[in-house]
Amino acid sequence: MLESLVFYTLAALIIGFGVLVVTTRNPVHCVLCLVANFLCVAMIFVLLAAEFLAMIQILVYAGGIVVLYLFVVMLVNLRRPPDARMDGRRQTRFGFVLVALLLTEVSAILVYSAAHPSSLVAVAPQRPAVGNAETIGMLLYTDYLVPFELASMLLLVAMVGAIVLARKEA
Amino acid sequence: MTHTYLVPLLKILVLLNAVLVSVTFMTLLERKVIAWVQVRLGPMRVGPYGSLQPIADAIKLLLKEDITPVRADRFVFTLAPIVSMVPALIAFAVIPFDREATFFGYQVPLVIADVNVGLLYLVSITSIGVYGIILAGYASNSKFPLLSGLRASAQLISYEIAITMMLVSVVVMAGTLSMTGLVDAQYNARVWYVFVQPLAFVILFIGGLAETNRAPFDLPEAEQELTGGYHTEYSGMRFALFFLAEYANMIVVSGVAATLFFGGWLRPFPNVAALWILDYIPGWMWFLLKTFVFLYVFIWIRATLPRYRYDQLMRLGWKVLIPLAIANLVVTAVLKVLL
Repeated sequence: MLESLVFYTLAALIIGFGVLVVTTRNPVHCVLCLVANFLCVAMIFVLLAAEFLAMIQILVYAGGIVVLYLFVVMLVNLRRPPDARMDGRRQTRFGFVLVALLLTEVSAILVYSAAHPSSLVAVAPQRPAVGNAETIGMLLYTDYLVPFELASMLLLVAMVGAIVLARKEA
Repeated sequence: MTHTYLVPLLKILVLLNAVLVSVTFMTLLERKVIAWVQVRLGPMRVGPYGSLQPIADAIKLLLKEDITPVRADRFVFTLAPIVSMVPALIAFAVIPFDREATFFGYQVPLVIADVNVGLLYLVSITSIGVYGIILAGYASNSKFPLLSGLRASAQLISYEIAITMMLVSVVVMAGTLSMTGLVDAQYNARVWYVFVQPLAFVILFIGGLAETNRAPFDLPEAEQELTGGYHTEYSGMRFALFFLAEYANMIVVSGVAATLFFGGWLRPFPNVAALWILDYIPGWMWFLLKTFVFLYVFIWIRATLPRYRYDQLMRLGWKVLIPLAIANLVVTAVLKVLL
């Protein structure tokens, strides 16, 4: 009872902040709404007894990546003259295509789960004997070793690329 | 019912008040210690030896006019001090003061939430605190706060990496992320981790100085260059909130250093049975004593060392501390596997 109340409050907040991210005029306010949005998502993770993910969500997204967003938004003047904007109609058409794709996907998931009700049994979150961090560590280094290593290689390449780009002369 | 809601609520209430009062009196301690270092008396007028000075300061700050600059971003300007204060306070939720204490026949663990990702919680909460400073710099719509906000955030992001790596070294030693578990691990290992990981402690402490914007890393509030920094445009209680947050962060860093490296609530030499007499002092007293020693060192350093230049600060962070931190982590991990 209490849990579902918390869930629906958080869900409403997430959607509300998500809408605000898109509609707010001031870019700094947009970024702030994004942070609030990420914090609410982290709370949903806590609700699902996934504390480790929740903390990583705050640390990486709210505390790391969005700080960089804020830097960029604060330092780069985003106020463009009105005539420099893109053709409004083309943006709208593109938006319609994206929304249609998203709706198809969501309805496909809904239809699938209605047809296979067993695959969508809500697993009641229960405290496992081993902590979150241990479980995720075990999974990453056994079952998902190759994707994990690929992701780390990708990050390494990105890091080297950033350093090469930032160097003054070659 | 009592144990699920009432006891945690009471604990939160007591802890918040204790933190706020100690933060207030930290200002007095700082002024007194700096005065003694400089062969002055410090505040002497209010109360015996100036002991009521913080209360007079608090009243003065509450009564001051609260000004918002005309061109400021009003919403963000109001939000910024709150955003810097709240993470500093909620970080105390996972710091263990003692295993448990008995109150009116109840056995109460002296930590608000002993979650098994406690250390990670601390790191992520402190990474949120940087928003307060950036937003204050941005919302003031004035050049000095903006410069200071940029400095502060670059500094925090740089030193966070070294600090987090040092915490990982300790976690590798202990095999747990829970703050209580870390103290237990030191008890089981029969040694404080400062003797096993001295480099980690030094880097964590230097990083802690930088994270809390304390001298010699107080570049964001360098008075001579920035007229006070990101809180230049603030006045009254909002201005005070930034300072309360800074002092609360100092207490958090000291508490974390005491827990991770100096055995938290354990008495000195937990392995020497001959010192049983020390057991008569309760654990939370040991914890507070250790925390207090670190707070004193913070002030001592401020009174002694001159401020770093900005490029020196960045060079120290990226070219000295982070490579040392990586080396320390690698050596710790290899030794942990081999031994």
